[in-house]
Amino acid sequence: MQIPLSYFLLTAAFLFSIGLAVVIVKRNAIVVLMGIELMLNAANLNLVAFSRFDTDLTGQFFSLFVIIVAAAEIVVALAIVLKVFQHFQTVQLDEVSELKD
Amino acid sequence: MTAFLFLFFVVLTIASAAVVLISRNVLYSAFSLMVTFLGIAALYVFAGADFLAVTQIMVYVGGILVLLVFGVMLTRNKADRGTGQANVIRTEHSRTFWGILTAGGIFAILSTILAKARFDTVERNHFELIERKTTIQELGIGLLTDYALPFEVAGILLMVALLGAAYLSGKAKNFGTKE
Repeated sequence: MQIPLSYFLLTAAFLFSIGLAVVIVKRNAIVVLMGIELMLNAANLNLVAFSRFDTDLTGQFFSLFVIIVAAAEIVVALAIVLKVFQHFQTVQLDEVSELKD
Repeated sequence: MTAFLFLFFVVLTIASAAVVLISRNVLYSAFSLMVTFLGIAALYVFAGADFLAVTQIMVYVGGILVLLVFGVMLTRNKADRGTGQANVIRTEHSRTFWGILTAGGIFAILSTILAKARFDTVERNHFELIERKTTIQELGIGLLTDYALPFEVAGILLMVALLGAAYLSGKAKNFGTKE
């Protein structure tokens, strides 16, 4: 039995919304990065769900490259977060406001 | 049976993603994110993408999540160290109202559009499901023929990210630190 496409799309929409809420609500920089990963995963789920109807698997190739870019992004972002922690002694985003005043 | 398993994995994914949002302990968020990634890998299997499911487990659960937990470990602040408990890493919530409003609004818009798009009739009348045993052969051939250039660029990108991360997180004495 085949799963209808809209179930995948609804799940992906819900995951994307949760990721967005995590990015907005949380104050710890690392948890914000987790929210970004959730949103990227939701987008990937859409691509993969549509690639069931595709003869040459373009969606799956695209989501492979999305995974690669997400890995590169998280590595650089964590290095920056570590540097911010060495400088400010905190990773709470609202307290990193040196440029504001 | 397939539908039941699918629903189980959907509920697992969504519930653990909700725990990421609700929990105030960063470590609990990280571990429920692991369950979310595993659930998404299972959903990939249901969508017929076996190679991507394995890639998801290896890259996200084996790589990115370990990196995140390392980040959590290396950035404990003084208030959490004072509690004497190793697993207490707190994060505050702010702008809860606006966060829930924005996310709920986006979800409402997306689900309305999905309901109006009638993917079920489109699926039945215009598309045919392609039955595949495995996608690995097609993915492998594609990566070395049509997608050879993006593949090489991705390799260069990963190398640049590795060098950049090593440079950024290294102990440069006169770079980015307060004197």
